Amino acid sequence: MSAEPRTTQSRRRWLAMMSAGLSGLAALAVATPVVGFILSPLWKRAPRIWRDVGPVSDFAIGSTVEVAFADSSPLPWAGVTARTAAWLRRMDATNFVAFAANCTHLGCPVRWLPDAKLFMCPCHGGVYDSAGRVTAGPPPRPLARYDVRVREGRVEIRTMPLPTA
Amino acid sequence: MPYRPRWAVRVARGTRRLFRAADDRLGLSPVVGRLLKHPVPPGAGWLYVFGSATLIAFMIQVVTGIALAMAYVPSSGQAYDSLRFISRDAPFGHVLRGIHFFGASAMVLLVGLHTIRVYLMAAYKYPREMNWLTGAVLLALTLLMGFTGQLLRWDQNAVWSVIVGAEQASRVPAFGHLLARFILAGDAVGGATLSRFFAVHVFFIPAVIFLFIGAHVYLVVRHGISEPPKSGRPVDPPTYRRWYDDMLAREGHPFWPDAAWRDVVFGVGVVFVIIALAQIVGAPELGKPPDPTNLVAYPRPDWYLLWYFAVLALIPPSIESWVIVLAPLLFGLALLLVPFVSNRGERSPKRRPWAIAVVITAVMMIGVLWAAGARAAWSPDFNAPRLPDTLAGASPAVRTGATLFHDRGCENCHSISGIGGHRGPDLTTAGDRLTTAEMVIRIMNGGRNMPPFAANLRPDEVDALVAFLRSRRR
Repeated sequence: MSAEPRTTQSRRRWLAMMSAGLSGLAALAVATPVVGFILSPLWKRAPRIWRDVGPVSDFAIGSTVEVAFADSSPLPWAGVTARTAAWLRRMDATNFVAFAANCTHLGCPVRWLPDAKLFMCPCHGGVYDSAGRVTAGPPPRPLARYDVRVREGRVEIRTMPLPTA
Repeated sequence: MPYRPRWAVRVARGTRRLFRAADDRLGLSPVVGRLLKHPVPPGAGWLYVFGSATLIAFMIQVVTGIALAMAYVPSSGQAYDSLRFISRDAPFGHVLRGIHFFGASAMVLLVGLHTIRVYLMAAYKYPREMNWLTGAVLLALTLLMGFTGQLLRWDQNAVWSVIVGAEQASRVPAFGHLLARFILAGDAVGGATLSRFFAVHVFFIPAVIFLFIGAHVYLVVRHGISEPPKSGRPVDPPTYRRWYDDMLAREGHPFWPDAAWRDVVFGVGVVFVIIALAQIVGAPELGKPPDPTNLVAYPRPDWYLLWYFAVLALIPPSIESWVIVLAPLLFGLALLLVPFVSNRGERSPKRRPWAIAVVITAVMMIGVLWAAGARAAWSPDFNAPRLPDTLAGASPAVRTGATLFHDRGCENCHSISGIGGHRGPDLTTAGDRLTTAEMVIRIMNGGRNMPPFAANLRPDEVDALVAFLRSRRR
């Protein structure tokens, strides 16, 4: 090989570089839409929208009940998974509080125990008082709250992304 | 030679010729034949079968997985119904799901045993460091397949497991929320979530597994099966290869069939055990539908990750985020570093007591955590029944107290005579331990890991509750 003229060697080096570069370019051309498609949920944020959960008269003052509503941008094939639940409490004539149903520890569904006036988590034993403050277990933060409003006699909850932290 | 009709001789001769021609054009014998008959060291016994058995379990997963994918609908809204169809209506569907489940279980178990065997015999030492590294990747991929596979069952448990997974990812500093969004494929569990897990479980990870199995097996052939270790015979990199080749030339056996028969016997045994379990025990029952608004749920991972479920419950909250993020990373790093820490020297477990200690510690830790995860004492018992009157006693105040004990949620966490949760102390004999004043203080103010009940109990209710608890004596 050493006997070959310099020009042949440099030509070979150029051909190798050119082939590697071209292949890289082709790979990049394919990878760009693929990676962009896979990562698209990262920057495509769904709008937070208000969802109707029923007339004010459906909720008794002081009681905490589960309400279900649709996610902010449900896909047509999402079926039941497009739904979200929250714990809604009517404080007085016009004020409502809505707690996220997700434990702040790792997102498991907390359950409201009306007689004990506690939220309890079935996964790792997180316990919250009626105001959603942590009273036992591993949760690091109080239960997240949804924005709630009353419009024309109906209660509306504003969707919120997961994780709730 | 016994008489054979002429046509039979011709057929035999023609077949031989055909085979020789095909073999010549395809080049089978020189490659496959040599591969099958490559010499292996003597003494490789039954402990050497776990790797091939893992591969057999994986092949079962591929075959049953393809069959299941022909009926499974990877859509968040319909997957559950398609699984119900597979489990109830499709011929062989239930047993197919069972084989896929127990095949996964076998794969996790066997890959674990294989790792332990290789580690104890230090087969990862020179020149087989890359065998270990590719194997470590395969171990991680197997667990990832287990987790993603459990999610494809797409029942209530699966939906909450996705959320728990996303919440764990969100603990990663700086870009944790992006990771969580990536896992959920959006703001919440929905239409986009399942199809991504399907693609990962069915296309992406298996492709990577195929790649790494290819590399792993290639390396096994390239470096030869590690000889059974002997104390006092350390690995010396400069001379090892020559010593190994000389040893093989002297006393090696052809892999097929001298060593392979054990792989076949054990592998076939694994196949039949998997099928028998699928028939007798059956596939895991589908849980409730994947409706995130059904909040009566008890999310639990499948058995192979139950120990990690216990970790998440038992680590102190102050260091929790660190553990969630760093522990898997450190564990993976430790596994990858094994051959770099020592790739020479003694291989025999008798001369490597630390290796034995590491394995015993790891197995015990996982075992204890696994048992804890199965019991899940930290979870409140939402289904604890009312205490029977026979237990409560005759006094009206005590009976009122027993009712309050159930209604106000005490029983979710405290058990009495075996009824109730295990999150808090057992109160069967609380009357022997605590005075009235101590009980009142504890109930009103709560305590470590107990909510205060002052706002939720009238004075007469506190009295009744204390009367009931004071009556709990040996």
